[in-house]
Amino acid sequence: MNEALVVDGVHKRFGKLEVLRGIDLEVAEHEVVCLIGASGSGKSTLLRCVNLIEPVSAGRIVVAGEEITARGVDVNRVRRRIGIVFQAFNLFPHMSVLRNVTLSPCAALGQSRSEAEANAIELLERFGLADKRNEYPDRLSGGQQQRVAIVRALAMRPELMLLDEVTSALDPELVAEVLEVIRELAAGGMTMVIATHEMSFAREIANRVCFLDDGVILEQGPPEQIFSSPREPRTQQFLARIVAAGRM
Amino acid sequence: MAVEGDRRPGPEVAGRRSKLLAGWGPGGDGRRSVAIALLSTIVFFAIVVFAVTHSPGWPEVRKTFFDWGEFRSSLPEIASAFKLNVKIFCIAEVFILIFALLIAVIRSLPGPVFFPLRALAIAYADFFRGVPTILVIAILGFGAPALQLKHVPTSTTFWGIVALVLIYTAYVSEVYRAGIESVHPSQEAAARSLGLSRAQTLRHVILPQAVRRVIPPLLNDFIGLQKDTALVGILGAVEAFKQSEIDTDATFNYTPYVTAALLFVALTIPLARFTDWLIARDRRRRQSGGVA
Repeated sequence: MNEALVVDGVHKRFGKLEVLRGIDLEVAEHEVVCLIGASGSGKSTLLRCVNLIEPVSAGRIVVAGEEITARGVDVNRVRRRIGIVFQAFNLFPHMSVLRNVTLSPCAALGQSRSEAEANAIELLERFGLADKRNEYPDRLSGGQQQRVAIVRALAMRPELMLLDEVTSALDPELVAEVLEVIRELAAGGMTMVIATHEMSFAREIANRVCFLDDGVILEQGPPEQIFSSPREPRTQQFLARIVAAGRM
Repeated sequence: MAVEGDRRPGPEVAGRRSKLLAGWGPGGDGRRSVAIALLSTIVFFAIVVFAVTHSPGWPEVRKTFFDWGEFRSSLPEIASAFKLNVKIFCIAEVFILIFALLIAVIRSLPGPVFFPLRALAIAYADFFRGVPTILVIAILGFGAPALQLKHVPTSTTFWGIVALVLIYTAYVSEVYRAGIESVHPSQEAAARSLGLSRAQTLRHVILPQAVRRVIPPLLNDFIGLQKDTALVGILGAVEAFKQSEIDTDATFNYTPYVTAALLFVALTIPLARFTDWLIARDRRRRQSGGVA
C-alpha cells in the first residue's frame, strides 16, 4: 500500500504550550481520514504542520515518500502539492473569483493566463460556480466562498487535500453544498485529511476516523467502530457531549 | 455574519457615522438639518465679518492685504511662479511613492537576517520625521551644492526636491506600513499555502490590499506636500511664495501673499474633496459588500 502521508512522532510547541504531543498517522492513497476532537485538541495545528505553515518542533512528516520536514526542503514546492482549505475561506477580497483560482497556477506553476483560466473555468463549472467567475468574494454567500476556496486549492492539482473545519463558519443551511463538494472529491479518489465537527458527515465519508485528545491520537478506526463502540472513555465522553448537543 | 478575521465596522459604527452625515443628505429629516446648518453658518460668518471689518485696524489691513489692484497686477507673475510648485510637487511625489513603498517593505521583512536593513529603515523614518522640513531643505539646499559633486545638479530646485522626497518618504512609508499591517495574517497564510513565495505573496496579495486601504491618508500627505513646496522658496528658487515675497518687498503691500495663498488653496481643495469622495465610496462599497 502506498502511503500518501506519514506523520511520525510529531510534536508542536508554542512557547511552553505543547499542542501536539507525539502524533503518528499514516494515510494511504485515496484514503479519507477524518480528525475529530474538542476545540484545542490539535486538529488544526496538525493540518497546518502538514502544510508547513507551522514548523514542527520534533518528528517527521513524509508526503508520497519525500520527507518534507527535512532541512533544505523548498517549502513552496511542497505546498504546491498539498492543498489546504481554511475555516474562514481566506479568499483574496481584491480579486475576482476567477483570479483567485488562477493566481497560484500562474505565479507558482508558471502556467499561461489562458491555460490557467481554462482549467479554472472547468473546475468552477464542475462545482456549479461558473456563473460566479467575475464576482468578488464579498458578493458571494459563505457556502459559495468556501466552494471557491476548495476550487482554488484544487487548481494546483494537489496530491493531498487538507480541510480544516471548512463548514464551521457557515450558516447551517449552507453546510450541505460544501459537504457535497467534498463528497465528490472523495468519490474522485482524492486523498484527504479532514478536521471536522460534522460527525454524521465524518461517519459517512471517512475510511478512518481519528479522535484527537490533548495533542495525541487517542483512538482511531473505521467510523462504525469509533461512533458505535468507542473503546476509550475520553472518546465516549466526547461523543456523548456531541449527542447531547444534538449534533449527531 | 461574524467570520473569524472579519474586520468590517459593525452595524453600530456604520449607524453612528451615517447619523453624523445625515445633515448633508437630502431626504425628509435631512431638509430641516440643512436649513439649520445654513442659518447657523450665515449667522456665524456675519458675526466674524462684522468683528473683523469693525476692528480699529481694518482700513489699514484691507489696504495692505486685500488690495484688488495689487491682486490683479501680482496674479500673472505669481501664477507663473506657481507652475514651479506644481512641478516640484509632481516630481517629488513620484519618487516618494516608490521609495516609501520600498522602505515599508523593508520594515516588514521578517527574520533576524534582515535586522540591519530593518534597523536602517526605522532610523531613517524616525530621523526624517523628527527634523523640521525647513531645516532639511536649508541644510541640503545650502550645503549639498557646496560639495561640488560631479554629475550632480547644483540647482536649488533639485536639492529642494531631494529634501522634500527625504522628508515625505519617511511619512508615507509609515502610511504604507500601516496598510501592510492591516492585512490579516490569514491572507498571507492562504497565499503561502498555495505555494506562492514570500515575494509573490507580497506583490499579488498583501500590497494590492494594503495600498487600496491607505489611499485616503496617502492623498492627505499629497496635500501636505503641495503646501510644503513653498518652503523650497527659502533657497531662492522663484516659486509662488518667493515671487509673492519679491512683489511684497517691491510695493510694501502684502496682497501678493494672499494671492499665493489662494493659488495653493485652489489646488488643494479639489484634492481634499476627492479624498473625501474616495473615503465615502470605500465605505459604501464595504457596507454593500457586508450585506451580501
